[in-house]
Amino acid sequence: MRLAPPSSNSRWRDVGVTAGAFGLGLLFLALFLLVAGFDVPLALGALWRGAFGSWYALTSATLVRATPLILLGLAFTLGSRGGALNIGMEGQFALGAMAAAWMGTHTGALPGVVALPMVLGAGMAAGALWMAVPVLLRLRFGVTEVISTLLLNFVAEAAVSYAVTGPLQEPSGIYPQSASLTMAARLPKLLPMSRLHLGLLIAFAVAVVMAVVLKRSRWGFELRAVGAGPRVAEVSGRIRAGRLLAVALLISGALAGLGGAVEVSGVSYALYLNLSPGFGFTAIAVALLGRLRPGGVVVAGLLFGALEAGAGGMQRDAAIPAVAVQVVQAVVILTMVVAANSGQRTANGND
Amino acid sequence: MLTLSHISKSFGATLALDDVSFDAAAGEVHALLGENGAGKSTLVAIAAGRMPADRGESRVVSRERTPYSPDTSDDSRPTTRLSLVAQHFTSIPAFTVAENIALAAGWQESGKALGVRARETIARIGLPLDAEAVVETLSVQLRQRLEIVKAMASDPQILLLDEPTAVLAPREVTELLAMVRAFAARGGAVVFISHKLPEVFAVADRVTVLRQGRVTLTGRVAEQTPRSLALAMIGEAPAQPERVAVTPGGTRVHADGLLLRPERGGTPVGPITMECMAGEIVGIAAIEGNGQRELLRAMAGLPEITRVDGTLRVSGAVGFVPEDRTTEGIIPEFSLTENFVLGRVRERWMDWGLLAADCDLALAEYDVRGGNAASAASALSGGNQQKLIFARVLSRQPDVLVAEDPTRGLDLHAAAAIHARLRSAAANGAAVIVHSSDLDEILDLADRVLVMANGKLVTVPAGASRDVVGDAMLGLPTP
Repeated sequence: MRLAPPSSNSRWRDVGVTAGAFGLGLLFLALFLLVAGFDVPLALGALWRGAFGSWYALTSATLVRATPLILLGLAFTLGSRGGALNIGMEGQFALGAMAAAWMGTHTGALPGVVALPMVLGAGMAAGALWMAVPVLLRLRFGVTEVISTLLLNFVAEAAVSYAVTGPLQEPSGIYPQSASLTMAARLPKLLPMSRLHLGLLIAFAVAVVMAVVLKRSRWGFELRAVGAGPRVAEVSGRIRAGRLLAVALLISGALAGLGGAVEVSGVSYALYLNLSPGFGFTAIAVALLGRLRPGGVVVAGLLFGALEAGAGGMQRDAAIPAVAVQVVQAVVILTMVVAANSGQRTANGND
Repeated sequence: MLTLSHISKSFGATLALDDVSFDAAAGEVHALLGENGAGKSTLVAIAAGRMPADRGESRVVSRERTPYSPDTSDDSRPTTRLSLVAQHFTSIPAFTVAENIALAAGWQESGKALGVRARETIARIGLPLDAEAVVETLSVQLRQRLEIVKAMASDPQILLLDEPTAVLAPREVTELLAMVRAFAARGGAVVFISHKLPEVFAVADRVTVLRQGRVTLTGRVAEQTPRSLALAMIGEAPAQPERVAVTPGGTRVHADGLLLRPERGGTPVGPITMECMAGEIVGIAAIEGNGQRELLRAMAGLPEITRVDGTLRVSGAVGFVPEDRTTEGIIPEFSLTENFVLGRVRERWMDWGLLAADCDLALAEYDVRGGNAASAASALSGGNQQKLIFARVLSRQPDVLVAEDPTRGLDLHAAAAIHARLRSAAANGAAVIVHSSDLDEILDLADRVLVMANGKLVTVPAGASRDVVGDAMLGLPTP
């Protein structure tokens, strides 16, 4: 199975496939609602209003939801372009959130310009550190990262559960959550009267940097070569694929950790259990829908942000469980994997 | 027995076969000649029913009596049986020889009965194989033999052989050709695909030449000359470049008592003691799996090869041409520019405009056709992909050039271009070490021939004949 897109000039085909996959997902959602006996027009209307119905819905629901999805989608993209699947973003996100919560409650009287980088940096470091385990297992023992990153998600969940009832629990010791971040450690709001925070711009900036690095830098070129033809990269490119991939995976972990830190510092202001409603898995659909291109991931992240925000609206206004939109996610993942592999079959044609 | 009339077939915009008619009668060997991409494999695939034709008709004419098979109890089989030995191996590596034969022939037996039937069948066909051996432990030559045994096991009346000799040593080729003749003598019809002229003269009664999807010649082999066939295959006979005598310069590669760990386990490769000077082409004649791969890759400095003992000194920059273009040489979905610059870029940032211009120049210089700097490498034919690899390697002016089977699967034109590149690299002062599974190529190309068999260098006397070198490749004692 392959996930990476060809690097040739097939941008319009990509846009078509992406739009088709998302449309197909929505179609299946409508079918699902119909079969389940819900009022489909009412449900989809509520979905639309929840995502775009008001200025508040757009900025405080859709864009806020999109931020972690974009960051985690980019994390998945970086690994995948090198041929490694980071399925552990959920865990790296949780560890990043935990480290950010700890740092954000310990910055004391430091001003924001100092405290914020420390909080976000702690999140990135924790995400990278959590990823270091699968990287070492892969380099030393050849353990595939798909398994190791996935399993570490459960360990991370347990670690958060321990932290919010133990060392990081709020001072009164009643609620299973951490103390609140100091004001200086919180990401500033972008717009008054909304929940939209600086994290969205951070996500955009990461996307721009990643696009430039993948396209223009030697490192990015070598990473793409390792992803597209690992043996070619080693034999003809003299690239040390293992080391390159290790670095890419550590950065991937750091970005997922950054996602967790941004969520704590921009939205929740404290560490909770289940802070992520499955961002780490939805982000895989986001990355695939964006065809593993940073720009595409941003667009796909916004679409899925809207979908999740709309799901909240659907639950409020039409009493349909929000998890119903996971139908879209599943259809998108399957469609994109099929598209990537059937594209390859036609490209190789006959021999 | 087999009649194909007015067959046309296209893949996308490419017309692979254009109004081709072809037939094979009982008791004859009909050779199908042509360069790579001429449409030979497509034609046999259509004949075997593995691919539909766009236009035209493919008919297998049944005969009253099967030529030699006594086993007619299995009436699920068509009355006239046809077997195809494809270019690519189709055996399951983790299964035994017997199991693979059973799978191909549709046998129901298992266990002891299967072993007995497989041994009987192998003995009847006359190409010795160990029925109990697991396929992945077999050498490439034996796997090729298994492909043929599998095809013969179902008692075909028509046998389609798609380049069956590509990996075989001279002696094994002779064996195979004898088997093919015997099959035809019993009344079978054979379609024999090749691009080696001597084999065609040795085995075939009739010959049809395809060129760019069209029949350019068909007739009795006895009425043809190598020149007339080559002319039909490629239009004009390739110019034989003049051999320029080179005076070797300083030592570039020096191995002394070198022992290498083999890639697939077993006893170490070596000890090898050899030298290669600047300006000379050293040809290493060896059949696949005799240690030449480890030796060449060690000289190319690939990290996967481990030195056990001895010394290996390689001075200067090394260029390496791997034997498998598609898995080690070219990334098909990357552009020509991206493939061209692989392993050459030292700067931290890539100036793609400049690199594309470099690539375009190199494409012209190395005569790479079928795409420009921005096209995907998958659009190129195998020969042009190989030229692109040579452009990448040689434009860096290596002091040592190591090439593994550089013309494997290439047509005469492309092979001649690659040969010219190897010669000019040597003339420009590189030490060239080339391995080929094609003995004639080595004898033609190399200033010095070294033979490897069972992981050891075999000394052959200077100016040894083709047969002497061929026997040495098989590990037979040299006179």
